[in-house]
Amino acid sequence: MREVELAIIGGGPGGLAAAIEAYRNGVRKIVLLERDRSLGGILKQCVHSGFGLQLFGEELTGPEYAERFTKQVMELGIDIKLETMVIGITSDKLVSAVNSAEGLISFKARALILAMGCRERPRGALNIPGTRPAGIYTAGTAQRFVNMEGYMPGKKVVILGSGDIGLIMARRMTLEGAEVKMVCELMPYSGGLKRNIMQCLEDFGIPLRLSHTVVEIHGRERLEGVTVAEVDKSGRPVPGTNEYVECDTLLLSVGLIPENELSKMASIELDPATSGPFVDEACQTSAEGIFACGNVVYVHDLVDYVTQEGYLAGKSAAEYLSRKAGDGPEGGLGAESGAESRAESGAGSGAVSGAESGAGLGEKIPEVLKIHAGYGVRCIIPQFVRRSCKNDVSLFFRVAGNYRDVVLEARAGGRAVCSVRKKVVSPGEMESIRLKSEIIRSINSEVLEIGIRTLGDKEAKETKGEI
Amino acid sequence: MRIGVALIHGFFAPVGMRFFLRQIIYNRGVVKVIYDAAIIGAGVVGALTARELSRYDIRICVLEAASDAATGSSKANSGIVHAGYDAMPGTLKALLNVRGNGLFGEVTKELGVPFKRIGSLVLAFSEEGMETVRKLYSRGLDNGVPDMKILNSGDEVLKMEPNISAKVVGALHAPSAGITNPYELTYAGLENAVANGTELITGARVIGISYDGYGGHDVNSGHDECGDCGVYHGNHGYIGAGGYDGAGGVFTINTARGPIWSRFVINAAGIYSDKLSEMIGDDHFSIRPRKGEYLLLDKEQGHQVHSVIFQTPAALGKGILVTPTADGNLLIGPSAGDIEDREDLSTTASGMENVTDGALKSVPGINLRQVVTSFAGLRTVPSTGDFIIGPSMKNRRFINAAGIDSPGLTSAPAIALYIRDILKVEGLELVPKKFFDPVRKPIARFSDATDEEREALIRDNHLYGNVVCRCELVTEAEIVEAIRRPAGAKSVDAVKRRTRSGMGRCQGGFCTPRIAEIISRECGIPMQEVRKNEGGSILLTGKTKGVQ
Repeated sequence: MREVELAIIGGGPGGLAAAIEAYRNGVRKIVLLERDRSLGGILKQCVHSGFGLQLFGEELTGPEYAERFTKQVMELGIDIKLETMVIGITSDKLVSAVNSAEGLISFKARALILAMGCRERPRGALNIPGTRPAGIYTAGTAQRFVNMEGYMPGKKVVILGSGDIGLIMARRMTLEGAEVKMVCELMPYSGGLKRNIMQCLEDFGIPLRLSHTVVEIHGRERLEGVTVAEVDKSGRPVPGTNEYVECDTLLLSVGLIPENELSKMASIELDPATSGPFVDEACQTSAEGIFACGNVVYVHDLVDYVTQEGYLAGKSAAEYLSRKAGDGPEGGLGAESGAESRAESGAGSGAVSGAESGAGLGEKIPEVLKIHAGYGVRCIIPQFVRRSCKNDVSLFFRVAGNYRDVVLEARAGGRAVCSVRKKVVSPGEMESIRLKSEIIRSINSEVLEIGIRTLGDKEAKETKGEI
Repeated sequence: MRIGVALIHGFFAPVGMRFFLRQIIYNRGVVKVIYDAAIIGAGVVGALTARELSRYDIRICVLEAASDAATGSSKANSGIVHAGYDAMPGTLKALLNVRGNGLFGEVTKELGVPFKRIGSLVLAFSEEGMETVRKLYSRGLDNGVPDMKILNSGDEVLKMEPNISAKVVGALHAPSAGITNPYELTYAGLENAVANGTELITGARVIGISYDGYGGHDVNSGHDECGDCGVYHGNHGYIGAGGYDGAGGVFTINTARGPIWSRFVINAAGIYSDKLSEMIGDDHFSIRPRKGEYLLLDKEQGHQVHSVIFQTPAALGKGILVTPTADGNLLIGPSAGDIEDREDLSTTASGMENVTDGALKSVPGINLRQVVTSFAGLRTVPSTGDFIIGPSMKNRRFINAAGIDSPGLTSAPAIALYIRDILKVEGLELVPKKFFDPVRKPIARFSDATDEEREALIRDNHLYGNVVCRCELVTEAEIVEAIRRPAGAKSVDAVKRRTRSGMGRCQGGFCTPRIAEIISRECGIPMQEVRKNEGGSILLTGKTKGVQ
């Protein structure tokens, strides 16, 4: 058992930024645990450019972006353990891991940062009928084969799902000489970034079939073709729209799932909307001293945001450690939120939430302000904000559909405390609202609700397929 | 002088010299090996039969068409060890089911295969259903099923299984039912057989069989057998009239890997067992493929039920079951649909709907969002309605073990003994070997080990410290061993079936490239030749531009 101040699980962009920022804020005994052969996470296989625009104002490739951080981490002399798989964590921050050089190792950490990232949804989760031949890969697996191992997974490709990795791989496979026949998207809109649709599909003349899915897989040994069909609003195939597409490869880009198996081991509470832990504005989870950042919390649009969140988690962990060194214990998220009665979140826009009545009874307002998803919002990060926080807080959220001419609003007790006007919002791009710390302090309801409101109070219209 | 591949393997088998000399004959200058018994088909029946026969001082080979064992019905079934109340009394199914169930504990213990006697419940949702439950109970009594009990109220059932639908009104409880891992049992049986001298020849699809009967004999010599199907009925094992002198001819089995010679042939060819039988001119039965589709759910759903949950049987099968698997997942299925194509393992939207509807009827709380994968298997339904086990009427040295549909897995250990008895009667001399070792050690699983065991594993083999499959916590050491073992894995799926790599929630997303790399390294083949399973199922079509 080794004692450390801070253990970080995952050496991708989130974990790297967290390590650097924790060090800058005075934490010295840090261990960074990474299961792959080198640091950088999925960035290593993202050889395309476009990383770092927000943070550095430069277009870097994935490996270049990663390099900036891995170099720093090395220079700071942070203890890095590669090819080390964390196999268990506990809520009192005991970390057990394994590698071939040292065997089983364990750490007693005073603070812990979870940065395990996410994984891709596999075919099984989709339950596509048909055979089970070779040639069906998640887009990320194919990306690893092409970009890191130097092998082509196939020659004639259909891509299901227009997530960013799928879009990137459509271009990558085309550049490597494969024929990408189409990208099918179940939804009437793409879940990927606008710029990726333009640069990866439109520029190469690859058709994007919205409201289409793969309904059957053919071929016994190697994939021989797929049947695609149009789907109706509820996602069911429309009879008579079946079309056979010959291909030897099907790439799936149908969603990413935060990897929270370890979080569950430590009984950290997870948000069903994000599949990641509930976090507060300082990235702290429901377990005291355990922080989380990056795609393990929710799937970010850009690595730049993951890095920023990593910095925040690193800084928060450092502050937590210095507070702990100073005085007594403090509760994690769960300590206060557990006792509260859960307020009903309003379903329609402008609905008065139960929170108002709860707060009006003259009871002590809890220290933690809950953030709920209102109309048109699918999920929000963070889900909790401490009223005593000294800094402004950015709330990130994903909308539930495509909307035009809307106002993004934060409402407390039926009153808008902050709003942003937007011409267009879509589920493919995260939205945010920045709350000033004095506004947070002024809120006296239990719940802050984030919702969208269409201008002129008209019913919000989902625009099919357009962005 | 050219020496057959099989012979070279034979040198390493623990066989006596006397025996050796008996087996080699010189034919135009070529060394020809004549096996005593060739088992065709490396499914669970073939594997356990081979293992049983490997106790004796005879020369055995197992011929498998695919590149790996357990790729037919033995791979894709419910993995249930049935109690034995389903089959009609007096049938081979009834006899071998109950007997096989009784043997399962010892066989799986010796072979290091998971087996949990978790019991089964047949749920009734109506008085009509209870009628069936009572019928099954009395059938079970006739068949000799131990310790059954009728639960006469829904409450009693819910006390045992709280997640079952509140609509349940009663059930049949059979504590002797259990769960196992059907393909692991197959591999284990084969590994043990090979360790005891059996030769496994994969990729050896049988093309034709001829018989040189210089020791020829009468095939209809008044055995106690059923005139319709040539099956021996009786409650004390195989009874034959005997009367052969042990001499006889030799089968020439033409395979995709060349000819194999054997004195006896055991037809354990599963879904193709009727086709194999036709090769010697025996077409008295036929096999109909009946597809069963399944859904496998995440281990988080594995605790929905603690025993095997059946509904009262339907015309085409035992209905949709809900069961934990030996590995801790939840399995629901199978659907049942007669099909023509013996290679059709595709799943269908309607089949899967049928499975989910049926499963939710029993256990409404199953979270279908946690489906990890779906698959289909084929039942080998015999035209006779019962297992077809016995010598062929056309040639008594051709022993059928055909039409083994449910409860075939359960019966397999008993079928192996039954075939042994038949061979004995048909004139195969079975002298126990001096060195037979019944124990097969499983690949030590890192994920199942305690901390102390894990440390010891890594100390002995540092590759136990390299986790390759994150979801199932499978290490490089396990994968390498799965490849290197006798009857070892050569493809990604074969590794998966032996180690669980890629069976978890990410379904191989992260580990497939690593496993392909290990197979490439261990088998000495380029990455482009690594396969998912059979023939054309290559993973990669070439190199990228930069590295060509």
